[in-house]
Amino acid sequence: MLSERAEEILEALWIQIEEGKKSLDLGAIRDDPAVEELLKLGLIRRDAGHIHLLEKGKSHALGCCRRHRLAERLLTDVFEVKKQVIDEVSCKFEHLLHEGLEDKVCTILGHPKVCPHGKPIPAGKCCSEKKQKKPIKVVSALTELETKDKGQIAFLQARDKACMHKLMSIGVLPGMSISLLQKFPSYVISLGQSQFAIDKELASSIYVRLTK
Amino acid sequence: MLRDIAKSIGYDDPLEPYLSKLEALLSADYIILKRSVALLLLQEDKEILQEVRNKEGEGFDEILNIIEQAQKHYSQSLSYIISVRRQREASRIAKTVMVFKESAKLPLKERLSRTMMNPFIGGPILLIILYYGLYKFVGTFGAGVLVDFIEDRIFIKHINPFMTNLVNNFVPLKILQDLLVGEYGIITLGVRYAFAIILPIVATFFFAFAIVEDTGYLPRLAMLVDQLFKKIGLSGRAVIPLVLGLGCDTMATMVTRTLPTKRERIIATLLLALAIPCSAQMGVILALLGDNPFGLIVWLAVIIGVFMLVGYLASKIMPGELPTFYMEIPPLRLPQISNIFRKTATRLKWYFWEVLPLFILASVMIWLGQITGVFSFLVRILEYPIRWIGLPSEASVAFLFGFFRRDYGAAGLYDLKKAGLLSANQIVVACVTLTLFLPCIAQLLMNIKERGIRLGMAMSVFILIFSFSIGYLVNLALTLLKVQL
Repeated sequence: MLSERAEEILEALWIQIEEGKKSLDLGAIRDDPAVEELLKLGLIRRDAGHIHLLEKGKSHALGCCRRHRLAERLLTDVFEVKKQVIDEVSCKFEHLLHEGLEDKVCTILGHPKVCPHGKPIPAGKCCSEKKQKKPIKVVSALTELETKDKGQIAFLQARDKACMHKLMSIGVLPGMSISLLQKFPSYVISLGQSQFAIDKELASSIYVRLTK
Repeated sequence: MLRDIAKSIGYDDPLEPYLSKLEALLSADYIILKRSVALLLLQEDKEILQEVRNKEGEGFDEILNIIEQAQKHYSQSLSYIISVRRQREASRIAKTVMVFKESAKLPLKERLSRTMMNPFIGGPILLIILYYGLYKFVGTFGAGVLVDFIEDRIFIKHINPFMTNLVNNFVPLKILQDLLVGEYGIITLGVRYAFAIILPIVATFFFAFAIVEDTGYLPRLAMLVDQLFKKIGLSGRAVIPLVLGLGCDTMATMVTRTLPTKRERIIATLLLALAIPCSAQMGVILALLGDNPFGLIVWLAVIIGVFMLVGYLASKIMPGELPTFYMEIPPLRLPQISNIFRKTATRLKWYFWEVLPLFILASVMIWLGQITGVFSFLVRILEYPIRWIGLPSEASVAFLFGFFRRDYGAAGLYDLKKAGLLSANQIVVACVTLTLFLPCIAQLLMNIKERGIRLGMAMSVFILIFSFSIGYLVNLALTLLKVQL
């Protein structure tokens, strides 16, 4: 397994290639042990002041880049992390997305094609496999669901205390099973053994973890 | 025993120690368990906070301090944390004793329920319910058959002559005789109006309303109209007082108490007073426009237009929190006849308790208006706006008396129509104005009672000016477009 630092370097190299350049200026990373690590694995080649990505390193570099951009997507779309800190957080987060986790994240997000900055996310195995099927959502606001979707309430995110109390008063609480019966003209939900009609405002405060 | 059960539902770590601390700090005597008091305190229950503040005196600051500290451990409100914990416990208990069978096919009831909530089928269903429930049962049977029977057979033939005789023999002063059994007397007008006209109409309406209510149709109607009602500053919940207003606006104004915010209550009160015709008003309108379907359509279009426009403007002007809509959709049920009767009886009792005094007051006011000459003065003043909207000045009497006694206003206009003094256009203008105009004195008094004297009067002045302005505009439009209805 590559060190985090080595993954960063591969990612930087991949970005160079995307931008049409062939090599990365060594500059500040001249004495970085991670360069040594990559050289030893035969993933990169080094000349006077630059490093080059070798054929064998390409798939690794591609994966690093994919994980970084998926992390960005996940943090912006699902966790709503603030823009200012997104880079910092996703740089740490991407390294956790190994062992099939990256494909799961990709699936949750509906196989996105570009990162929040508009750069392409390299496709993974999961993207080509399930291309025809509709995206599998895992956690989603009630307003984004289709009728007949079922799940458990994951969390509530209400505008204010009053809204929260209204939801709580009808038993909308995390862990309750919920299904969406109707979306128009109002949202009709089945909650436990009861049915409720709620407006869009309240429906958008309910986040559901979907079950198939 | 109770104490043990209460204890056994433990809360998670930082919360439980704070609960114990609070319990220990509560030194006064409360009727409920101290643990319950402590839990309510953590949930920021205002009543309990006030009670504890009063009872604990100096210790209260420390209690507040503990609550604040406990809250610091959580990013969500403590009432949320507590509710989640309780929900988990309730689900656990339920799971140990309950099993639910999932059937593949939807039961008939459920399919019927979905049909009622279908936006395309829901409309026609509403029309069917309005036609049979409101028009046929309340309009034809209640306001027609029953009113005729009670008023002609019972009051005019028996009660009124008997009471008149009694009063004339035992009350010496002519002026007091008039007050009690005169043309507008408390007994001959107030009581008769309440029992012979209002009683059958509202009784049949409440009966039909109770049936509709008990089937569980109303929440389904509320969910259908919610988005539309949001445009006029109300939520779907307001459909209940507004539908009730088709029976009696005075009663419906009272029922606006069920709306959650002051803003919604004010908008609903205004719309009820302005654009929702009560069953008595609709009786008049149908009698006047029954033979003129196109005129009826114009009337309906203007009233719906005014309803939407004024609601929209009111929602733009009125400050306050925007309405949210949430309502349980109970399973559809076949109503139980004993429940229907009990409900109707309870409502009627409640209604008479609140409204009968207003009718008696109205009788007194008419009596005063007659003997002081205020009435003839008001009739002369009303002649100006009446002429302004293109009606003959004779209609003025009908408008003023209609305000005190609905059937009088109707009869007045009906006589004018029969005498050939009103053209079809004038009848439509009169109907529009009469519908928008304050329905009756009972509602004026109810508005003041519910919304306060300032708002109640302001609404009435607005409605007075607005109703005649719309009457003027309709008359103008019909004249300019050279429409002969």
